[in-house]
Amino acid sequence: MNIEKFDSRFEILPIKEIIDENPTTKTFVFEYPLGGKPGQFIMMWIPGVDEKPMSVAFDDGKEFWVTVCKVGPASEALHLMKVGDLVGVRGPLGTHYNWGNGDHLALVAGGYGAAPMYFVAREAVKRGCKVEFFIGARSKDLLLYVDKISKLEGVNLHISTNDGSEGRQGFVTVLLDEVLAEGNCDVVFTCGPEVMMKAVGEVADKHNVASYMSMEKYMKCGIGVCGQCAVDDTGELVCKQGPVMDWKYLKKLPEMGKYHRDAQGTKHYF
Amino acid sequence: MANLSVTFCGVTFENPTVLASGILGVTASSLKNVVRNGAGGVTTKSIWLEEHPGHKNPTMIGTEHFFLNAVGLSDGGIKKAKEETFPEYLADKPAPIIGNVIAKSLSDFEKIVAEMDACGPDIIEVNISCPNVDDKYGKPFSCSVGGASDVTRIVRSATKKPLIIKLTPNVPNIAEIAEACAKEGADGFCLINTVAGMVIDTKLRMPVLTNKSGGVSGPAIKPVAVKATYDVFKATGLPIIGTGGIMTGEDAIEIMMAGARLVGMGTMVYYRDVAGFAEVVKEMDIWCEKNGVKNLEEIIGVAVKK
Repeated sequence: MNIEKFDSRFEILPIKEIIDENPTTKTFVFEYPLGGKPGQFIMMWIPGVDEKPMSVAFDDGKEFWVTVCKVGPASEALHLMKVGDLVGVRGPLGTHYNWGNGDHLALVAGGYGAAPMYFVAREAVKRGCKVEFFIGARSKDLLLYVDKISKLEGVNLHISTNDGSEGRQGFVTVLLDEVLAEGNCDVVFTCGPEVMMKAVGEVADKHNVASYMSMEKYMKCGIGVCGQCAVDDTGELVCKQGPVMDWKYLKKLPEMGKYHRDAQGTKHYF
Repeated sequence: MANLSVTFCGVTFENPTVLASGILGVTASSLKNVVRNGAGGVTTKSIWLEEHPGHKNPTMIGTEHFFLNAVGLSDGGIKKAKEETFPEYLADKPAPIIGNVIAKSLSDFEKIVAEMDACGPDIIEVNISCPNVDDKYGKPFSCSVGGASDVTRIVRSATKKPLIIKLTPNVPNIAEIAEACAKEGADGFCLINTVAGMVIDTKLRMPVLTNKSGGVSGPAIKPVAVKATYDVFKATGLPIIGTGGIMTGEDAIEIMMAGARLVGMGTMVYYRDVAGFAEVVKEMDIWCEKNGVKNLEEIIGVAVKK
């Protein structure tokens, strides 16, 4: 057997820049050739606090970004950090989105899912793709990355908010349904709450369009050992087979859109 | 093809590879997936009487030579095992299952073993040796003859099922501890648990693991596991699950020659993925073919007799 060099030690990196995205979300910039592809994630160690999986929001081979919403003690601690402070990073990890040159993509982002979807859009337009970018949030102040997405050429932006404070009022899937009905999109990619992604998959099915989604399950190690992110009933791991997974596979899972598990492996229904 | 099946404490395993406790053992789906990938049996995570949160990340780190972890035995408790993990696994039981349990006190060990007995595992494995809980709860029981004897005596009274004790290598004389357990009625052993260790990040000048210290597993500890297996087999002759740094079919053969009847693998999945189970079994078969071994029984403990 050939055990290849297999090193999951952390790269310790200073924060190069911090960008405020909205009241609860910041983007952290690191100057490091990570080599991440759209959809992949890193494990980020906030020394003395915790280590969490975070999706790569941008990577040009020289620097990469992660966009982080304050959702718990680890992200709150990260939000308190300053430029120059050190964090540990390992990755890039997991699967990524794939598409062909010139494809017509429908990207559906819910909440902070806009960040990784932006990375897809930015790479896709470079390869001659046309992009329908759907972004949904509870209200206008929670919309993310709208300015950045608007600046990309070849991208049509479709916004919806639950309260109608920006774009169409209601769920983002209604807009998706209308656009897919025109019959021009080759594939749907989505990142957001699992219940939303399930609805996106169902809309894509209705129009016979393939769909892929960024799964988020509780991850402890991120490197295929602990088993925390195993899904029912295949027992496969989101950190290895995912996070980007085919809806054709996901829709057969009894847990899809229904429950997730916590650090103790206990089920919680959505 | 050689006969790779082995009998351990009266339970037949199609092949001697067993998923070690603490790896890929959170759900029944995950355990079944490990069997689909070639394991001859599986071991649950260490199960507590109550939910147990474990340590905060970082909890794991690896290099090509070793792996270090301090997950801290996170678990949903015996209620989850009884209501979910065991019924789901046993519904279409694809291979024998070993129920691993842990507790902080003698009376809790007695209770958890009785509860585990009712879950219906083939074998009960008692973890008295995790290095990652000793800050709070004092030295692991398996660090002294007295502690190991006390736990074995009390858990023996709580079950008639095959009962094996998981031992630590972090002692001067593991054979002495094993003999003490054997005297109190242990049917066999699983060894070794991880070796106490630490990794310091030189840039941050601090230990990487949140728990600071952890347990070393992976290729580096195989010689430690082989010697411990050899010593315990020689001293007790009881069945042993040999585990620690087993990555290949030949590693598995080696530890069986030291006296292991089953071969535990956990960290192997970091290096070879879960599909590594079937690969290791295939490598064992090839080794047997090349070396004229028709039945694995022929090699168990063969090195001890020389």
